[in-house]
Amino acid sequence: MSEPILSIRRLRKAYASGTEALKSLDLDIRRGEIFALLGPNGAGKTTMISIVCGIVKPTDGEVLIDGKNWQRHFREARTRIGLVPQELTMDVFEPLLNTVSFSRELFGRRPDPARIEQILKDLSLWDKRKAILKDLSGGMKRRVMIAKALAHEPDILFLDEPTAGVDVELRRDMWELVRRLREGGTTIILTTHYIEEAEEMADRVGVINKGELILVEEKTALMQKLGRKILHLQLTEPLAAVPPELAQWNPQLSDEGATLTYEFDAKADRTGIPSLLTAMRDAGIAFKDLDTKQSSLEDIFVSLVHEQRSAA
Amino acid sequence: MNWRGIWAIYKFEMHRFRRTLWTGLAVPVITTSLYFIVFGAAIGSRMSEINGIDYGSFIVPGLMMLSLFTESIFNASFGIHMPRFTGTIYEILSAPLSAIETVIGYVGAAATKAMSVALVILITANLFVDVRVEHPVLMLLYLLLVAATFCLFGFIVGIWAKGFEQLQIIPLLIVTPLTFLGGAFYSIEMLPEPWRTITLFNPVVYLINGFRWTFFGTADVPVATSLAATFAFFLTCLGAIWWIFRTGYRLKQ
Ligand SMILES: Nc1ncnc2c1ncn2[C@@H]1O[C@H](COP(=O)(O)OP(=O)(O)O)[C@@H](O)[C@H]1O
Ligand SMILES: [Mg+2]
Repeated sequence: MSEPILSIRRLRKAYASGTEALKSLDLDIRRGEIFALLGPNGAGKTTMISIVCGIVKPTDGEVLIDGKNWQRHFREARTRIGLVPQELTMDVFEPLLNTVSFSRELFGRRPDPARIEQILKDLSLWDKRKAILKDLSGGMKRRVMIAKALAHEPDILFLDEPTAGVDVELRRDMWELVRRLREGGTTIILTTHYIEEAEEMADRVGVINKGELILVEEKTALMQKLGRKILHLQLTEPLAAVPPELAQWNPQLSDEGATLTYEFDAKADRTGIPSLLTAMRDAGIAFKDLDTKQSSLEDIFVSLVHEQRSAA
Repeated sequence: MNWRGIWAIYKFEMHRFRRTLWTGLAVPVITTSLYFIVFGAAIGSRMSEINGIDYGSFIVPGLMMLSLFTESIFNASFGIHMPRFTGTIYEILSAPLSAIETVIGYVGAAATKAMSVALVILITANLFVDVRVEHPVLMLLYLLLVAATFCLFGFIVGIWAKGFEQLQIIPLLIVTPLTFLGGAFYSIEMLPEPWRTITLFNPVVYLINGFRWTFFGTADVPVATSLAATFAFFLTCLGAIWWIFRTGYRLKQ
């Protein structure tokens, strides 16, 4: 595998207020992938992006773009990066076309009306090019932010919660656009707190919580975990230990032996449930109730955080 | 150097000024006319001449400087404060622009606007009195130096200010009084002691007299002293800006 396009090394950020937004974060982004950074509000997603883009100063650590330090080689690094921030902030009295052309030139690129036209057409903004930004709808403004970020043709694009508060149609458009950009060779890092979005879009998913990256995985592997279900059996008589007859299913006991849980792959042909239940009957273990539950990303998330705590 | 980036900021700022072009020009024209009506007609007729210069002409450099100061500070401070306020500063901070380049863009545009206003005042003044400029090239260079200095200063104010109210405080509470007390409309030779000596501690005296020298070839203080004082202020502002970008003071969290 080729060298990562973006490497984040031991990145730490403590704000002046004392908040430790990032706690020594390490992350490698592969060339040409779509990476989804998933995490609840306040996890540190925006802080991480802002540091990479030069908007926030890190307390410690460094970022490498193709192996080069992002501060020492700031011109090259920033020319290659495009940012669509979380907030809709723009110069509301400017006409649309001006503001997008401005962004291109600000990043040191030669004016290229044909290129700008293409970007605006791709985003269905061309008809509105003469409109003053304050007169545009929220969805349009969101597209303008993207157009501004793409105007200088970056090959690394950050999208900070691009679909927060966006209607379904625009969300679909956005996903479509991101895919097209990826096909064109752009590496994309997006943040979201929607699990479906990560599932729909990403090649890899990173889960961040309280400034720590607690999981980075291929989406397919993650979805496999998501495809797993858990069977809970409420036993009539609590067990002190898992009987050897059931060992091959590797079930777990909880609630002081009153609940037996068994994890299985819901998508497999053989889930192992009928045979487990048969074996239990043969061993004379009775139960009064049962249910099965999807292990959602939320569950994975909770258990990961839990593991992390007990490890600490 | 990212010249295109600098040019983009410059154009953006100039475009912002163009949106308010007519009020931007009407204000200096009207104010200048008022000064001439009040000072020129009402007071000037009793003052006749200062150092052999007709009073009406004498106040022109002072009027130009007063506007240059306030316009420079206002435009430069507003120019950088707005993006901080609305959040669009993210784009400037994430662009491949060094601190110096960002400053050149904003300060260049603000200085252009301020100098234009000063020149409009000069033209308006010519409708009322005959103003001769003995050293026109030096006059323009001096105008440029002072505009650049006060725009740098305004840029600092724009970064320091926590709100729009604070943007107004410095020009209103410090610069305008110092200008009025700094011999914009009179010669400090006319003051009795100890006021004369006290006035010499007002830095604006040196700025105005240096500028006046380019018009009439005479001034209250030696032109070399004026130039040195102006440069000193210029370098102080430059140093402060360098520090601001180095530390990210009020720009980056
Ligand atoms: N400018 C700031 N000053 C102080 N604390 C901040 C600032 N920005 C963010 N934080 C804090 O840092 C933490 C991470 O915030 P953020 O990076 O915005 O998270 P996310 O984007 O994942 O929602 C939060 O606790 C937030 O309150
Ligand atoms: Mg955020």
